[in-house]
Amino acid sequence: MFGDYQNVVTMSVYGSAIALILIGLYGVLIKKHLMKIVIGLSVVDSGVNLMFVAIGYIKGGTAPIFSPSVIDKNVQMVDPVPQALVLTAIVIGFAVTAVALSLVIRLYKHHKTARIDQIKSLKW
Amino acid sequence: MVFYVVIFSILALLLVASGLYAIIQKDLLYAVISTGVISLILSVMFYLLQAPDVALTEAAIGVALTTVIFVITIRNTTRFEDEEDNSKVK
Amino acid sequence: MKKYLAIFLLLIVGFYLIQAFNLVPFGENRIGNVEDESTVGAFYLKNTVPKTSVANVVTAIVVNYRGFDTLGEVTVLFLATTGLGSILFRKRKHGEEEERVLKESSQLVRIGSRLLFPFIALLGIYVFIHGHLTPGGGFQGGAIIATGFLLMLVAYKNYRLGHGTLTWVESFAGITFAGIGMWGLITGGTFLENNAFSGLGNVNDLISGGVIPIIYIAVGLKVAAELTGVLDILLNIKPNKN
Repeated sequence: MFGDYQNVVTMSVYGSAIALILIGLYGVLIKKHLMKIVIGLSVVDSGVNLMFVAIGYIKGGTAPIFSPSVIDKNVQMVDPVPQALVLTAIVIGFAVTAVALSLVIRLYKHHKTARIDQIKSLKW
Repeated sequence: MVFYVVIFSILALLLVASGLYAIIQKDLLYAVISTGVISLILSVMFYLLQAPDVALTEAAIGVALTTVIFVITIRNTTRFEDEEDNSKVK
Repeated sequence: MKKYLAIFLLLIVGFYLIQAFNLVPFGENRIGNVEDESTVGAFYLKNTVPKTSVANVVTAIVVNYRGFDTLGEVTVLFLATTGLGSILFRKRKHGEEEERVLKESSQLVRIGSRLLFPFIALLGIYVFIHGHLTPGGGFQGGAIIATGFLLMLVAYKNYRLGHGTLTWVESFAGITFAGIGMWGLITGGTFLENNAFSGLGNVNDLISGGVIPIIYIAVGLKVAAELTGVLDILLNIKPNKN
């Protein structure tokens, strides 16, 4: 019975991370409107960050903060290294999305369309 | 233990449903709000995986600021994905 | 036709991802025994409180053990703001005034947002000052302050942000961060070394941890100024009226 619970939780956390990555990749590959491509990129970012934090989880562990109630006891804590990586990754993902959106605005002002199959001319 | 199973399966289903809705929907405003819902559910999952710093960062940056810059971009470009349907805007 | 080919390729990628995740079981104890220091995570968990007197292990990793990466990330945010400003650059014509929102908000929104803005700024400052004791830190506090500024920018039609003030705050915070690093080079041996001016203090005190709270305060102010600059640039584009 314990194994069944573990399987369901594993499948839902890892499975949703993989599903988000694949859905975002589908959006980047197939869609023709520029805003949809940027939305797909943002969804891929979310999936990868969830994957990182899920790898660092330890069963029965608690948050890695030595507050006054746990400082002298020997409690099990989760891995702190992936959390530090994801903190940086979220902020840089936001910066990349902001610059990509500014490029979309500039392209729309010049070509008057935001679909990539109607932007045919290479000359400015 | 049963609590964790129920919560994680409901959140995972909502996550995948919001992701599909964000990519398939043709009205871009709804797609952008769906991206905000993905960030919100992700923030709750980060808290349940015992990572409070990451949950705070995702809630502050992903929900508020990313949705706002997407909406500002929609204001400066088109609202619908097929551009000849602009007459549907009320 | 192209759609089905893409779905087929994505299914292959998904299959191999699932095979890779079967090798990493969920919830398995991968950091080993904390006393043995056999992995990097165990080393950080064991040596944070004796050596740096900081209670939040993630803060100690981000600011002290991996402080150079935080310097790089703050630089990436600065470059994003600069790139945004230069891509959307538009020379202001003579006599044209800025028109950000088309309709003035109602009186309830205006008075409510002016009442709420100091409390949001206070919450942001609290979050990044206590970054080494509770969950929080510079990035979170900076984002909260930027959200407060966004409220004011949207509610008022002609709310002016002093661009000179923003530039000064950002530059001063950046110089503080780099200056602490150079100070570590001058007096100690390494860049960004944590040699405190008067001892490290006790754990769970507000003034403890050496230079770690000072660095996080600088990072918080810099991130708040940069995110506010991004929002200000994006809200001042003149929309096309066709």
